[in-house]
Amino acid sequence: MKLTSLLATAALGLGLATAAVAADKTKVGFVYVGPVGDGGWTYEHDQGRKAVVAEFGDKVETVYVENVAEGPDSERVMTQMALDGADLIFTTSFGYMDPTINVAKKFPNVKFEHATGYKRADNVSTYSARFYEGRAVQGTIAGHMTKSNVVGYIGSFPIPEVIRGINSAFVHARKVNPDVQFKIVWAFTWFDPAKEADAAKVLIEQGADVILQHTDSTAPQAAAQAAGNVITFGQASDMSEYAPHPRVSSIIDDWAPYYIARTKAVMDGTWESKDTWDGIGAGMVGIGEISDAVPAEVKAEALAIKDALADGSYHAFTGPIKKQDGSDWLGEGETADDGTLAGMNFYVEGIEGDIPQ
Amino acid sequence: MIVLEKRPQPSQTWSMATPVVAVLATMFFGGVLFAALGKNPVEAIMTIFWEPLFGEFSFYYRPQLLIKGAPLVLIAIGLSLGFRAGIWNIGAEGQYIMGAIVGAGVGLAFYPLEAWYIFPLMVIGGAFGGWIWAMIPAILKVRFGTNEILVSLMLVYVAEQMLASVSLGLLKNPEGYGFPGSRNLQSWDSAHNAELFAGSGMHWGVVTALIAVIFAYVLLNRHMLGFHIRLTGEAPRAAKFAGVNPARLILFCLGASGVLAGLAGMFEVAGPAGQITIDFNVGYGFTAIIVAFLGRLHPVGIVLAGGVMALTYIGGDIAQSNLGLPSAAIQVFQGMLLFFLLALDLLTNYRIRLASKEVA
Repeated sequence: MKLTSLLATAALGLGLATAAVAADKTKVGFVYVGPVGDGGWTYEHDQGRKAVVAEFGDKVETVYVENVAEGPDSERVMTQMALDGADLIFTTSFGYMDPTINVAKKFPNVKFEHATGYKRADNVSTYSARFYEGRAVQGTIAGHMTKSNVVGYIGSFPIPEVIRGINSAFVHARKVNPDVQFKIVWAFTWFDPAKEADAAKVLIEQGADVILQHTDSTAPQAAAQAAGNVITFGQASDMSEYAPHPRVSSIIDDWAPYYIARTKAVMDGTWESKDTWDGIGAGMVGIGEISDAVPAEVKAEALAIKDALADGSYHAFTGPIKKQDGSDWLGEGETADDGTLAGMNFYVEGIEGDIPQ
Repeated sequence: MIVLEKRPQPSQTWSMATPVVAVLATMFFGGVLFAALGKNPVEAIMTIFWEPLFGEFSFYYRPQLLIKGAPLVLIAIGLSLGFRAGIWNIGAEGQYIMGAIVGAGVGLAFYPLEAWYIFPLMVIGGAFGGWIWAMIPAILKVRFGTNEILVSLMLVYVAEQMLASVSLGLLKNPEGYGFPGSRNLQSWDSAHNAELFAGSGMHWGVVTALIAVIFAYVLLNRHMLGFHIRLTGEAPRAAKFAGVNPARLILFCLGASGVLAGLAGMFEVAGPAGQITIDFNVGYGFTAIIVAFLGRLHPVGIVLAGGVMALTYIGGDIAQSNLGLPSAAIQVFQGMLLFFLLALDLLTNYRIRLASKEVA
């Protein structure tokens, strides 16, 4: 009896304490699909969260829950954050799309930001990065660096974002090396070090001496290091612990400027629902330092493409490009429109194999 | 000196007490773990066990306990039948997936028709999907004597591949801009396993779980088949003399657990989850094994154990958000529960004696 009442008093005290602190602070919640220590996707979102804390200090309170399964669990976690007084909630995985919309309906005064999705509402924005721009830089380096002319690619899921990356890398690898071939393995996971390592080993055994990954762990880097003569690229985060070899460069997701801007908008009362799709130019996609394992002239060429993508003078998908079946996609000098890119479900000409159905 | 002495009969008292002691031990050592992470242990344990039930927002969390607990209980009830008879279905996760695929598939075949019979057909489809997936290890065991543990477990991975395949192909939402995943059944009334009363968390899966509990209780205590199940587990030789047909028992136990796991998957996909996606399954089929044992393979115990497991999930997420506990700490905490349960089970079969040192 005594214990129960003691616990109840304690709970009440805690509840009041949290409520009092929360009143004058902007509370920002983050829902993560992986662990913050994944060294890739979730790690970078958490870096963005830390940047928000660093920027606003005492004026902001951030909370996060990691390893949240997509589906009803994510819906519960978002509801819990909203109930606990969050003003702004970032949901950082594609599978949180419908749950985000569901919860947003129940909490019209809370703002939601869903990463990589396409459903919006008055209080739901979407945001994503043009990772395929980074793939153009990687493809250029890969095309020059491969000696076996076999580039291995670890795909996560055959969704438009991943297919876009494969196409972009392939187009630019072929541009500098007409003999290059891509071997693609689908891991059907975003983060599973064991599966990713297996995929890398299979690709290396099949002759690949360059490995590109669209999965988030550093396991492929370790596999390439063990093999010796294979180069890799960091994915989502810099993975610089594997530089200068095997990791020769990387695509870095930099969410910090966006997270700071959106938190500021909520504080100022200027937040509006919108769709953001930024690339290298806006700083959302960063290219990690190209290491000395890459010859100077290749590095210069890669950086030139990066700069052209950044200032908008070059589009990663510029015609002539044909689809895998030989039909025309983009004419001479024509560039891809965002609608086609957003739903991309075909390979470009020259890639062998089928997209899993 | 401490001596273990085998009991002539397993202790009834300890058999009932060990789950409770295990939960208390988990609370204590979990508290030590949280303290080592620099968190207030009392606050952390309170957040996990008290907040969802009696905290400020319990009006929301209590229904969530039903949503999280129902599939666990439904699957665990089915598993407990087999486990009692020494038939080990480890692949409930796969049967859960297949139930969801067939259930959702049957429904989507009618899209966008609105008709009363769609949902019942989906229920039958879900049960069938789980049943047929469980029949594979059952028939292989009966016919060729294969090990049902291995076969059922391996079929989980096959089911996961099928799930990925239908999410990307057969059941993919044609209006989904090329993204994987089926249509959302929540926005289609005829197929939606909605809450029976808004905000109660009570959906058809919860109702079915309660019915399954009652059926299992009656079966085990009042029915010949239930007696045969218990007899086979407790005294296999006696069962043979009593004329128990092992093949029939295997088919029944695996089939029943498959049906219930399939139903759990179907109710989940049509209700709380809403759609078939590549990551649809979140481990209910495996967690249900813990629930079955935590509940002593007894129908009522399983209900309580499902509640406790659901509580640690919901409370664990609250603790992550409010206290900044890492999710790995919550997983260790849940793992402790099984660890202590298995360790303390020793007391059911053994007595601890403090023996004075004797001079030889």
